[in-house]
Amino acid sequence: MEVPILKQGHYLIASIQSALTDADLSQLREALIERVGRFRARGVIVDVTALDVMDSFAVRTLRDIAHMARLRGAETVIVGIQPEVAFAMVQLGLTLKGVSTALDLEEGLAFLDRQAQLRIERGSGRIDRG
Amino acid sequence: MADELLIPIAADVDVVTARQRGRDLAAEAGFSSGDQTVIAAAISEIARNILNYAKRGEVALSVVANGDRQGIVIVARDQGPGIRDVSRALEDGYSTSGGLGLGLPGARRLMDDFDVSSSVGKGTTVTMKKWRRVNA
Repeated sequence: MEVPILKQGHYLIASIQSALTDADLSQLREALIERVGRFRARGVIVDVTALDVMDSFAVRTLRDIAHMARLRGAETVIVGIQPEVAFAMVQLGLTLKGVSTALDLEEGLAFLDRQAQLRIERGSGRIDRG
Repeated sequence: MADELLIPIAADVDVVTARQRGRDLAAEAGFSSGDQTVIAAAISEIARNILNYAKRGEVALSVVANGDRQGIVIVARDQGPGIRDVSRALEDGYSTSGGLGLGLPGARRLMDDFDVSSSVGKGTTVTMKKWRRVNA
């Protein structure tokens, strides 16, 4: 089951629709990292609302996506971790250390906008020459 | 012994099947949605271990009653290489497969009862149970 990736402005939004196999997760990682370059994206949102469980492989892959996207110049935010999924993650000892999270898609977009604003204020953002 | 649900594990899609069947069975047995997720996550970890270390095996699911408690029993068996040092394999962060090393110890934290029996060259069996109180 391939995860659809939408482009919205400077952001990529990957919206997971169902349970994913390890191969699906790896495929999502490759696709996102490739598209960060192709679309010159500055932000990536991975919506995990529909993910049935967040186990060690899923967490590792999401961490990899965030770190690899950052190396390519894009910020990642994971949105939609459900309460019971969060509970199971904590019990498993899984953390998303170094990875930004937000409650839902709306909060995730707001977070990326704030990050972009900060980069401009710091003068470290990429400069658009229209 | 109640009816057993047997799920062969030989590909990553089987890991998803096993955890989904486990979640369904837990729901039928009256576990809360939080517990269903916990059970599914534990199954996901041990089923993936079968794939990573033994290539193939099976996960057996069943429901048992014990006095005023009802439980879900998950048995993961393989005829793989076995675990040389079970107590180390139960430590956080210890992995021989390049993973996070949280699969086995994490699954143990998620479940109420957890037992690993393994012999090198013969295989590994992980038995884990989650209980819930049944009101009389």
